Amino acid sequence: MKSSVITFPGSNCDRDMDVALKKFGFKNKMVWHQDVELPKSDLVVLPGGFSYGDYLRCGSMASKSKIMQSVINFANSGGMVMGICNGFQILVETGLVPGVLLRNKYLEFICKNVFVKISDKDNNYFKNINNNLLELHIAHNEGNYFCTNDQLKEIEDNTQVAINYCNREGKVEETFNPNGSIKNIAGIFNKEKNVLGMMPHPERMIDPSLSGEDGSLFFKNLINNLK
Amino acid sequence: MIVNEKIAIDHGLKEDEYKKICQLLKRTPNITELGIFSAMWNEHCSYKSSRLHLKKLPTKGKQVIQGPGENAGVVDIGDNDAIVFKIESHNHPSFIEPYQGAATGVGGIMRDVFTMGARPIANLNSIHFGSTQHKKTKNLLRGVVHGIGGYGNCMGVPTIAGQTSFDSSYNGNILVNAMTLGLVKKDKIFYSKAAGLNKPVIYVGSKTGRDGIHGASMASASFDDKIEEKKPTVQVGDPFTEKLLLEACLELMAGDSIIAIQDMGAAGLTSSSIEMASKGNLGIEINLNNVPCRETKMTPYEIMLSESQERMLIVLENGKEEQAKKIFDKWNLDFAVIGKTTKSRKIELYFDSVKVADIPVNTLVENSPMYDRKWKKAKLPKRNKINKDDINNLKIIEVLKKILANPNVCSKEWIWQQYDHTVMGDTIQKPGGDSGVVRVHGTNKAVAASVDSSAVYCWAHPLTGGKQVVCESFRNLISVGAKPIAITNCLNFGSPENEENMGEFVECVKGIGEASSYLKFPVVSGNVSFYNQTKDQGIKPTPSIGGVGLIKDYTKMITMGFKEIDNLVLVIGKTEGHIDQSLFARVILDEKNGPPPEINLFNEKNNGETLLKLIDNNLIKSAHDISLGGIITAVSKMCINGNKGINLKKPKYLISEIEYFFAEDQGRYIVEISKKHQKKVLDILNKNAVHYDELGTINENMLFLSEKTKVTIDELKGFNTNWLKEYMSN
Repeated sequence: MKSSVITFPGSNCDRDMDVALKKFGFKNKMVWHQDVELPKSDLVVLPGGFSYGDYLRCGSMASKSKIMQSVINFANSGGMVMGICNGFQILVETGLVPGVLLRNKYLEFICKNVFVKISDKDNNYFKNINNNLLELHIAHNEGNYFCTNDQLKEIEDNTQVAINYCNREGKVEETFNPNGSIKNIAGIFNKEKNVLGMMPHPERMIDPSLSGEDGSLFFKNLINNLK
Repeated sequence: MIVNEKIAIDHGLKEDEYKKICQLLKRTPNITELGIFSAMWNEHCSYKSSRLHLKKLPTKGKQVIQGPGENAGVVDIGDNDAIVFKIESHNHPSFIEPYQGAATGVGGIMRDVFTMGARPIANLNSIHFGSTQHKKTKNLLRGVVHGIGGYGNCMGVPTIAGQTSFDSSYNGNILVNAMTLGLVKKDKIFYSKAAGLNKPVIYVGSKTGRDGIHGASMASASFDDKIEEKKPTVQVGDPFTEKLLLEACLELMAGDSIIAIQDMGAAGLTSSSIEMASKGNLGIEINLNNVPCRETKMTPYEIMLSESQERMLIVLENGKEEQAKKIFDKWNLDFAVIGKTTKSRKIELYFDSVKVADIPVNTLVENSPMYDRKWKKAKLPKRNKINKDDINNLKIIEVLKKILANPNVCSKEWIWQQYDHTVMGDTIQKPGGDSGVVRVHGTNKAVAASVDSSAVYCWAHPLTGGKQVVCESFRNLISVGAKPIAITNCLNFGSPENEENMGEFVECVKGIGEASSYLKFPVVSGNVSFYNQTKDQGIKPTPSIGGVGLIKDYTKMITMGFKEIDNLVLVIGKTEGHIDQSLFARVILDEKNGPPPEINLFNEKNNGETLLKLIDNNLIKSAHDISLGGIITAVSKMCINGNKGINLKKPKYLISEIEYFFAEDQGRYIVEISKKHQKKVLDILNKNAVHYDELGTINENMLFLSEKTKVTIDELKGFNTNWLKEYMSN
């Protein structure tokens, strides 16, 4: 399986994603934001970080960079595109997934482990995964997902919600919402479910010596689904 | 403007220093030259009050590749890998403008590390605030934490450990010390020594603005009522540009075109160009019209003294300019050839084709003032006579709850959750432990780092305090299974012109020297921050020690949480019952006098090395050093961390339970071992003449001394974790 990770100026989880993808069998290429053509890929990842310093709205500058036209075309033709953290912020700025990401409710950067409930398995990201819950890691300042009521209805009708923040037992309640996201949404798909944007970082949970191993489950399952 | 003595004094120079400048130049300096002298001769850049004493510190060792004098220290960790590290203060700016002050402190120290060719792999910090009752404390804490996070998070470098304390002596002068570790290949370390004639001098990074002019001078003076007016001397940070600068520099460093490189930190273009010339015994000629400026009509004086951030100065090999420029263009950064090296051994500056400064380099560096300041020796205070009846009536659990919720002991989760501590995917011990630990990417090795200070002990007796901080750093590294390698120090003190403050400095440095020499734990980098005082009120002497150690096989790393029910818990090291200057004495007895606990360097070394031996033999399940709050506080933290309880028994000593559990004797650790290893462990301890006590066994969820003296771990956890969150949300 071939993957591509896009490096924007200010990306800082690009290497971590490269390490994770390779660990689980992807042949990964790093792609510079000023390139025009995407290499042939089965999966394109927009990594975390602070693209362009996030000095304008998070992700907005990156969403206009040269390579993004190819990424958008790739997504529109059914290609798998995954945006993690800042990558999710870039995805909402391109309009590939609906909604926006606001500043965390308590106005502070949060770095900690969270539990998320997998809300939909009818897609290539979570299909066949044994778990209903994953323990993943978040590290962000703007992960407070928001959308209009109409959008929310549409998202829910199309089962576009990918994961929700929950507790260890899988309860999705406001108490377990780290950043104020509407309906505890931690990640969503586009309508066709080939594009996934999510705040948690699976690439930081791929080793028992690190925070945990649920990221490994995610990547192992993902590459099997793509085979 | 014609320079005179009054203008010189306004620049922070003393009358006789100004006279010396005129003598050295054999003429009156112009205003640009005066600015350059004032920047190079202030305390912050010249170390004029401290140099004499710093020379005495042990700086050499088997693993030391580079000691003090470069941008950062470098130590060997085997397999052609080396760790570059340093700690630096950003105290004055952080008090004036906490967010930017702290942010640029973090930015500055990371630049010091990647200037040497190392990719930063971990950040740490030591931050000290006034009393929690003081009206400014909350805002300063919030601003500093946001600033540290804002910069480090954006750079994508994990913040893995730190220290926070509160003490009313910091009411008017907070301390912000930032430390960075970087990883480099031993044969790809870059230095700041220029070499060769007519080599191009290159400016890269951000443009120069009017921010931070006289920052270093501001940091070399005490505060008065007008500190608000000093805001424009604080630099403004741009972590995004620094991230680009990091990537661009490392890309250029992969080739072989750099002769020397130096970041523009305190005193900006002035100190960076002069240091490179001085180390290379060369001159440098600069055309200031070529310096990329952010604002119009900047004068030579402003360009030379600006402390705009995210800038570097490079001496390149001839003919490599185009190739280097391509890299900086790729990263959208300014790149300008601004001058060349010369044989004149002078700094010669041109602006609009006019020579605006002409100063021999040695007058700025070798001839800079050095003072043997008067200092007063501190007496060892007399021990307090504690009324045994008073303390024996205290209820242990009630005392323990108060201590666990004390601002200087409580969990700092509210702080470190705001720092990205997992980016780069190699953090195997996060903040909250004895040391932070990161793996050396792609290897079995890991590097541990810790930052410590004990201002109360240093204030009570500077010589003992100085030794103690080094020992605590040593213990914190050993507690995670790391072999201590070397330290960096950030020496925060009041005014060197005050004999008592100067005495504190001299004796703390002496103590640091004695301990690091005995423990073979040399000082490889650091900085001095004097004038941490408002009017004539100085801070408690606060040397911060950043320690670095190596874990050869990271699977052997130790954490502090208790692991398994029924395992045995031992105290390593002897408990004499030293209560003076303990947290117990200060918080519970309200007794502020008396000597700090004694340091026995032999025991310190022997206990630590023996524990490392046990860890290496896989005989230790968890470990934690005993510091503030004594044995029972340390044990409680191990319970909270591991979500287990303990059945405690006090060994049969002559001292009371309270003294045994709350004393702050040094050189001690708590360790967990499994019963099947008991004989082996005790044999090793006995063979090495290490004193130990059997403290108890691990249970499910209760800290249990007797039916009357017990408490659930959940309850203890509440006291420990809630205090700071509640304080900050009110």
